[in-house]
Amino acid sequence: MRFDYLLRLADNGLVLAQRLGEWVGRAPVLEEDIASTNVGLDLLGQARLWLAYACEIETGDASPVRTEDRLAYFRDAGEFRNLLLVEQPNGNYADTIARQYLFDQWHVLLLAALTASCDARIAAIAAKAVKEARYHVERSADWVIRLGDGTAESHARMQDAMDALWMYTGEMFAVDATERALVDTGIAADAQALQAPWIEAVRAVFAEATLAVPRDDWMQGAHARGGKQGRHTEHLSRLLAEMQILPRSYPDAIW
Amino acid sequence: MSAEWPLWEVFIRSQHGLAHKHVGSLHAPDAEMAVRNARDVYTRRNEGISIWVARSSDIHASSPGDRAALFEPSNDKVYRHPTFFPMPEEVKHI
Repeated sequence: MRFDYLLRLADNGLVLAQRLGEWVGRAPVLEEDIASTNVGLDLLGQARLWLAYACEIETGDASPVRTEDRLAYFRDAGEFRNLLLVEQPNGNYADTIARQYLFDQWHVLLLAALTASCDARIAAIAAKAVKEARYHVERSADWVIRLGDGTAESHARMQDAMDALWMYTGEMFAVDATERALVDTGIAADAQALQAPWIEAVRAVFAEATLAVPRDDWMQGAHARGGKQGRHTEHLSRLLAEMQILPRSYPDAIW
Repeated sequence: MSAEWPLWEVFIRSQHGLAHKHVGSLHAPDAEMAVRNARDVYTRRNEGISIWVARSSDIHASSPGDRAALFEPSNDKVYRHPTFFPMPEEVKHI
């Protein structure tokens, strides 16, 4: 159960890092190219820490059951536990920034809460990662404000992006049986409790960005039927195909 | 897009350095983002503890053509160089 929770934490970083990596060499300006790659590498580093811990506690006949690379490169889409939000395609730069901000604002709250986990290893990884996440959210919030409160075109694109991605945010606060059990034992963070501070922060940024907060009409992935349970959008398998092709074609390839 | 953004000069103070040193330049729409971009472009390997940025257009430079007039006269005045004093061991950074 804790293994499954660690995969949720790891896969968010792993998948979003892969998405950000798709911008390498193609971002609107050189400085953004480097900055977004930095964020991607931060997230990949965090994913490795979570995966390494997951490997250690996975139970089975062999020891260790699977290596970090095995978990990253040899699981199919249905075995991934990331949020639906992070697997959504890059789209235009406003889409990428919207996805990043909605995630970062949640991620920083989650990590801060996890620093109080009674699992010392989880608390330590969260304490390291939360410093990176604070910078991430500062940066992505700044871009949301700049594009939202920019030209008529940038405003329209930013609003469209938020409207399109909003439905994937419900899942961030949905607590299923797996999470509930871990919350009760003090290991996991209570995602439900993050919703109030998240929406408060989002409202403040949207207000400054002159953006309208979308309505919670229909939330993808709530009711325990989303990415955290392995039910993904069609985009994840394509992302994984690209991410996993090399190790799957040449299983023991090394640099 | 990049062509519309002004150029900024970046100065980083390193871990043990006493002064900010010029490290390069980058494009950014304003000072706030210039500092942020400088953090991402120039401090990825833990190079610094402080960043300054200045608009490149605000920097006034001496002309390379004036080099002789500006700097050569000091070459033959040895008494301007503090080479006649013994330097105590404890004094650093001079």
